[in-house]
Amino acid sequence: MTGAPDAVELRPKLVGQRVRRTEDPRLLAGAGRYVDDLTPPGALHVAIRRSDQPHARIRGIGATEALALPGVVAVFDARDLEGMIRPAIPASRMAGYHATPIWPLARGTVRYVGEPVVAVLAESRYVAEDALELVAIDYEPLPFAIRAADAAADGAPLLHEDAGTNVIIAREFARGDVDAVFRDAPVIVGGRFRMTRKTAVAMENRSYLAAWDRGRAALTLHSSTNIPGIIRDVLAGCLELPGNRLRVVAPDVGGSFGGKGSLYQEEMLVAALARRLERPVKFTSDRLEDLSATSQAFDEVIEAELALDAEGMLLGLRAEVTGDIGAYSIYPWTGALEPVQVASFLPGPYRLAHYRGRVRGVLTPKPPTGPYRGVGRPSSTFAMERLIDMAARKLGMDPMEIRRRNLVTAPEFPYRTASGIVWDRSAFQECLAAACDHADYPALLRARDAARAAGRWVGIGLASYAELTGIGSRISVAPGMPINTGTETAAIRIDATGAVTAAFGIASHGQGLETTLAQVIADELGCRMEDVEVQHGDSALLPASSGTYASRSAVLAGGAATLSARVVKAKLLRAAAHLMDVPAEALEASGGIIRARSSNTSMSFQEVAQAVYAGMGRIPREQREELTASETYDPYLGTAGSATHLAMVEIDPGTYGVTVTRYVVAEDCGRIINPLIVDGQVQGGVAQGIGAALLEEVVHDDDGQCVTASLADYLVPIATGMPEIGIVHVEAVLPATLGGFRGMGEGGTIGAPAAIANAVADALSPLGIEVDTLPVTPDRIFRMVEAARLRNPGQRTGA
Amino acid sequence: MTGRADITLSVNGQSYTRRVDPRLLLSDFLRHELGLTGTHVGCEHGVCGACTILLDGRSARSCLMLAVQAHGAEVETIEGQGTVAALGPIQQAFREHHALQCGFCTPGFVMTILDMLRHHDLGDDAAIREALSGNICRCTGYEHIVNAVRALVRERGKPA
Repeated sequence: MTGAPDAVELRPKLVGQRVRRTEDPRLLAGAGRYVDDLTPPGALHVAIRRSDQPHARIRGIGATEALALPGVVAVFDARDLEGMIRPAIPASRMAGYHATPIWPLARGTVRYVGEPVVAVLAESRYVAEDALELVAIDYEPLPFAIRAADAAADGAPLLHEDAGTNVIIAREFARGDVDAVFRDAPVIVGGRFRMTRKTAVAMENRSYLAAWDRGRAALTLHSSTNIPGIIRDVLAGCLELPGNRLRVVAPDVGGSFGGKGSLYQEEMLVAALARRLERPVKFTSDRLEDLSATSQAFDEVIEAELALDAEGMLLGLRAEVTGDIGAYSIYPWTGALEPVQVASFLPGPYRLAHYRGRVRGVLTPKPPTGPYRGVGRPSSTFAMERLIDMAARKLGMDPMEIRRRNLVTAPEFPYRTASGIVWDRSAFQECLAAACDHADYPALLRARDAARAAGRWVGIGLASYAELTGIGSRISVAPGMPINTGTETAAIRIDATGAVTAAFGIASHGQGLETTLAQVIADELGCRMEDVEVQHGDSALLPASSGTYASRSAVLAGGAATLSARVVKAKLLRAAAHLMDVPAEALEASGGIIRARSSNTSMSFQEVAQAVYAGMGRIPREQREELTASETYDPYLGTAGSATHLAMVEIDPGTYGVTVTRYVVAEDCGRIINPLIVDGQVQGGVAQGIGAALLEEVVHDDDGQCVTASLADYLVPIATGMPEIGIVHVEAVLPATLGGFRGMGEGGTIGAPAAIANAVADALSPLGIEVDTLPVTPDRIFRMVEAARLRNPGQRTGA
Repeated sequence: MTGRADITLSVNGQSYTRRVDPRLLLSDFLRHELGLTGTHVGCEHGVCGACTILLDGRSARSCLMLAVQAHGAEVETIEGQGTVAALGPIQQAFREHHALQCGFCTPGFVMTILDMLRHHDLGDDAAIREALSGNICRCTGYEHIVNAVRALVRERGKPA
C-alpha cells in the first residue's frame, strides 16, 4: 500500500461530495430499462386469476372456454404444474415456528383474496385478461377468522391444518425481574398501540420476464426484485437448475421499499412456464394486484406498559405483541421478520434494565406480510415513544428532558439492550440536542402555547430511535433465518483498455449506489468517477450475492469496494513501478494518472493496463498480475444508526385534518458518502413515515375483502401534504465499519410515525386524548374528540 | 371485437400511421407499438401520473386514453425532451437537485412540469406543490422536486 492516510487526505476526495448521480441521464431521458420495457419476440403474456375467497377449498376449475378464445395459448392451475417446480420453504431455526410452503399457484385451498389460482398465457396481455373472465372456479367456502385476535383464540378455524395452530410464531425476550419492578414503580403508563397494515406502493408494479434458452438449457429471469441473488438461489432449488444455468437479473427497478424484497409466486410461475413452453413468459402486475397481493406490512397490536421512577428514569417495560402476518410465511424472511423485530427493538435507544416482550405471529386470510422500510421499528418506535411522552405528561416533565435522562450516553457504549441488541457508539444524545437546537425548541414551545391559548390544536412531537444497519454475518437479518446476508463481495477489474468495472451483489433500486460506490472506488483507486462502471442486480456477477435491503449496501458494498480497490491499486502500482522504474512506494494515483512523487514521470491507467495485458514482454512473466480483485467484507455485527425526529402539527377543528407545519431530523449515519443522496433518502423515508402516520391503511372487511385496492382508496403522500424537512447530520464518532459508514436508508420511516403521533397527541392533550392507532386519520380524530366530549361534556374541546 | 382502426399521429415531431385495436390504451401504444418505453404505467386508473404525456400541448394521462383518441393529435413524450448526452432543461434541473431516485415516476413529472411551466405562474412553493399534486413519487418526499421546479421558475424569467 502506498501513502499514509494523511497523504490520502490531501487529495480532493469524492466521498463526502454532493456528486450528481450517474444513474440520472438514462432515467431522465426515458432510456432506463425496467422489466416491463423488455418484450422479446415471441413472448407470452400471463394474466392471473386470483382468489376472490378468503378461505375456500377449490372443488373444480374449468378452462375450456378460456382455451377456446383466439390468442390463448395455455391455461395452468396447480395440478398442471405438478412435477414442474418444487415449493419454496421459508425456513427458520426459531423454536415453535411452522414454515408454510410457497407454491406458484394455490393447491386445493385458497387462503386470501388475491392469491394466484390460475394462469392464462396468451399472445397479448389484453387477450390473457379477457380469458380470465372465462375461467370457471368452483369454491367451497371454509370458515376463517379475519382478525388476528380471533385467529389466535382456541378453537379458531385453522388456515393451515398441518400447522395445527394459527399461531406459528411465539417468542419471548426477557431481562431482569420486570414484574417486581412494576410492583414498586412510582409511575406506570400503558396503552394498546396499533400500527395498521400498510403496503409499500413502489411506483413500478412488480414485473417478471423469464426466457428459456433451449440450446443451453438455461433460464434467465428478469425480475423487479431487490434480492436477485436470493431469488437465484431459491429458484435453483425449486427448478433443480445449477446456478450456472439460472440467472436472475434486476435491471432498473422502480422502487421497492421492501415490497420487492421477497420471493413471489409469479416469479416461480413464469420461470416454470418459460421452461415448459420454451417461450419467453412475462407477467406485469397491475395496481389492483399490487395492492392486494404484494407483501404487506406492520399490522401489530402492541399492549405495553412502562414503569418509571419519580425522576422520570425508566425502570421496566413489558409488552405483548400480536402480529397479523397474513396467510403465508414469506421467503426468505418468514412471517417472524416484522413482529419479532417489534419485540426486540421495543426498548429502543434507552437505558433500561428490566424488560419482558412476548410476541406472537398469527396466520389470517390476508396477503402475507414481509419487509417494508423500517421493518418492525416503525411500530416499536411508535409504541415506545408514545409511552415516553405519556410518562412525561404524567410526571409534568418536558418530553425532551425525559429523553435526555434516559438515552444511552457516550460512556455506556457498547450498550446491550434488554432484548440483547448491542448498540455501538452512536450519537443518541447529540441527535436529540441537535434536533431541538435546529428547530429552536423553546421557541416552538412558546408558539404552541400561544396557539393553544387561542384555542388552536397545535402540538409538538419528538421521537428518538436507533436501528441496526450494515448487519454482518454474526446476526440473522430475520429471526432464525438460515441464510447469511452479512457479507458482500466487490469484484473489481481494470481491463485491457484501462477501464474500471466493479461488480457487486447489491441491487440498487433508487438508492443511487452506482454513484456512491463509484465515489468510494474512484477515491481508493485514484481514478475519475466516470472511469468506473458499477454493475449490480445480476446473480451472474458473483458466486454468491443477496441484494439491497436492511440498510446494508453502503456499509457492506462500500467496505467490499474499499478492500478490492486497495488490492487492485497495489497491483497497478507494482506494474507501474516496474514500467517506470521507480519503487511502488514512490508512486501515487489520481484522476486516472499514476505519477512518481519525486520526478515528472507519469503513466495513465490505460498505458499501464495495456502494458500488463497486451504488451509483449514489457512486464516479466513472473511479475505479471491481472489487475483484478474480488474481496469480501463482513462487518460481523454491523453498526447502529440513530436519530431524533421533531414534528409540529396543527389540526383543523373543522375537517380534523392534520397539517405538518415543521419537521426536523437530526441523524447520525457516520461518514456521508454523498450528502445529496443522504438527504434524498431521509426526505423520502420521512414522507413514507408521514404516510404511515396520517394516511396509509390496508383495510380488509369482515368478509376478508381488501377494500383499499386502488390508489384512490390507499392514500400515499402527495406534494401538497409534505412539509419541508430540516436535516441535521450529526457525525459524532465514526463507527468501526470500513470507511466509517452507517446505513441510513430506512431511518426516516422509523422515526416519523412516532413523531407525528406524539405531535398529534400533544395537540389534543388539552382534551385528554392519547393517540394509540396509526394512521391518525380525520375520521379517527373526529371519533376521539367526540368521545372526549362525551367524557367531559362541560369542557371546551376546540376552536 | 370490432375491427381494427387506422390512426395517424405525431409523436415527438415524427408522424406514425398504425392499425390498432380500438381498445388499445395510448400508454400501451406508445410503449409496446412504438417502443417508447420512457412513458411508464404506474396505476392504470389515472391516479399516479407516471404515464403523463403532452397531447396537443397539454398534459394528459396516457393510461386513461385509447390510442384511437390520439388520431390526428400531436403527442410529446419524455423521449422528446432530451437525450442521455444532452438532457433538456427540466431533466437537467432534476439531475442538479437530485429530484429522482428510482426514476419510475420521473417521466410523468417532467411532462407535467413542462405543461405547468408553460401555463402557470408557480409563484410560490404552495403553487408549485399544487401543480405537482397529481403525480405520485414514492421515493423523494417531493422536496427535491419542488427545489428543481423553483429553480426552473427562476430561470424562466430570464432572457434566453
